[in-house]
Amino acid sequence: MTFPESTWNEAKELASRYPNSRSALLPMLHLVQSVEGLVSADGIALCADVLELSTAEVAAVATFYTMYKRHNTGNHHVGVCTNTMCGLLGGDAIWNAISSDLNTGHDETSEDGNFTLEKIECQAACTHAPVVTLDWEFFDDATVDGVRKAIADLREGKEVKSTRGPVIKGLQASERQLAGFDDNEFDAPAIDAKMLAGLNRAKEVGQTLPSSEV
Amino acid sequence: MVLTPILTAHWDEADSYKLEGYKRHHGYVALAKALKSDPDSLIATVKDSGLRGRGGAGFPTGMKWSFVPQNDGKPHYLVVNADESEPGACKDIPLMLANPHALIEGVAITSYAIRANHAFIYIRGEVPHVIRRVRNAVKEAYAAGLLGQNIQGSGFNLDVVVHAGAGAYICGEETALLDSLEGRRGQPRLKPPFPAVAGLYASPTVINNVETIANIPYIIRNGADWLKQWGTEKSPGFKLFAVSGHVKRPGIYEAALGTTMRELLEHAGGIRDGHKLKFWVPGGSSVPMLTEEHLDLPLTYEDMAAAGTMLGTGTPMVFDETTSVVKAVSRWLSFYKHESCGKCTPCREGTYWISGLLKRLEKGEGQETDLAKIDELCKQIMGRSFCALGDAASTPFPGAMKHFRTEFEAGVRTAADISFDPTATTVFTKANV
Repeated sequence: MTFPESTWNEAKELASRYPNSRSALLPMLHLVQSVEGLVSADGIALCADVLELSTAEVAAVATFYTMYKRHNTGNHHVGVCTNTMCGLLGGDAIWNAISSDLNTGHDETSEDGNFTLEKIECQAACTHAPVVTLDWEFFDDATVDGVRKAIADLREGKEVKSTRGPVIKGLQASERQLAGFDDNEFDAPAIDAKMLAGLNRAKEVGQTLPSSEV
Repeated sequence: MVLTPILTAHWDEADSYKLEGYKRHHGYVALAKALKSDPDSLIATVKDSGLRGRGGAGFPTGMKWSFVPQNDGKPHYLVVNADESEPGACKDIPLMLANPHALIEGVAITSYAIRANHAFIYIRGEVPHVIRRVRNAVKEAYAAGLLGQNIQGSGFNLDVVVHAGAGAYICGEETALLDSLEGRRGQPRLKPPFPAVAGLYASPTVINNVETIANIPYIIRNGADWLKQWGTEKSPGFKLFAVSGHVKRPGIYEAALGTTMRELLEHAGGIRDGHKLKFWVPGGSSVPMLTEEHLDLPLTYEDMAAAGTMLGTGTPMVFDETTSVVKAVSRWLSFYKHESCGKCTPCREGTYWISGLLKRLEKGEGQETDLAKIDELCKQIMGRSFCALGDAASTPFPGAMKHFRTEFEAGVRTAADISFDPTATTVFTKANV
């Protein structure tokens, strides 16, 4: 596709944020993916043009990182963690159910173009296993039924919220955030009981520190 | 040993992540103190505190800072490694969500100490909710004159960029992170030169973990001796322990180093009802597993090393008797295979073959010679790659074989799913699938 002028301007802005403009390449690839839903040859060409690199140099980077997709993605990205902790605690069962429901395998998109399904690696939330992500927003302590409902709601256009708070807005919206253009939804995530487990326990057993120190 | 809510002390307050909430509890007092101090004295304080890196390797933080050459005329950089991706590790993500200003104040103090005017926080890409949080905290700090030009009239300038990765565990390796931050494939560099001499843009660079940097304001404000009241001589201080798996109350437990796993388990409510502990992994999948007999060992860098494992990220994964060790290890090796960057042949090829052999054992289709073959492959990878990913991939199998050899031997005939009912391992109940 031909990118709008605004994308070119934003790409140039990203380049200006770093002492060495090439450092903006990863954010810039997120940016072109936020516009197209994938990193296409045109997206690579845009990055190469702005950073004065060859397309081969940019393609070498784009193909290295798992989050950049080289084929069309659905409106939403569904990630099911099947690493050891999540997989064994329920991620495998969730994967089997959702993959079968959507008739979609790993790194494939459902026939209606709505959902791209991916087996993902550890999301740094093992205390909340099993974890599923929708457009990279977390669904902690996920269940088969819970994920099914979220997917059904998204399909019907209903509002779906991550268990940590943020509203699910589509993969391209998340990619824009990652590129470095904020949607200002920083208030949404809540600190949950598992993150507070130690603090609550410390209060219960009287092991807190003097307020002069912390 | 005790629970020590320090970094976590105010996480239950609704605005713990905002500047106002942070300032209510001595926030940025340490920065004001630091800006009036000689940078070298700050490095000395951190050295004296004995703080060790919380990202896994446990390298003394103050020493790392002191390797940065001074008056060399080159720009210096601070890079925060927020690429938390190690299976089992899940403590930096909640820390950045709940207390991002401790990180940012730590960034400002550290940058001042090592004479850096530019700092980067490299956060893994898969966590937009955390990236928003940290970006907003950085914005708040700029608006309050705590970052930017002439901070609090000190003449010190600091710019902070929050950078999102794009899905690559290897970028948690410090030199791969630098290549990634320079806009390249995230592949590790040969050391030396070490980053302290030639890091980002070939300039002196300090790379520290999120939790390490978040410790800094508390140490600068309360003093080096304050930190030493906890832990041991070689492992002073406190740690965010993230306890996951088959326990009643999985979560974040901040406790003194030297706390035992038995104590942590008790705080976490013990193993879920009707089950018993099978094995636990103290610090991410890259460190060898332990069992019941190791529950009373102090969780310190030195005691874990003496037990043949590592404290690593200090994020114990706990598994009960329903768990197939073969399946657990097989998944970890699939992970290393997926994440190997491909630069070094032993790691790239070795993880491919080990993961294939383990999958075969998991299906009960292994051959008698497979165990010896995997063992040999692990030995061929260990120490033969640029970075620690290869070493990490070589540890789960020998570690598991030490305690559960017969389970791997059974993989020649019996599938893991036959020996261990996979539905019993899940945390689902019948009513809640």
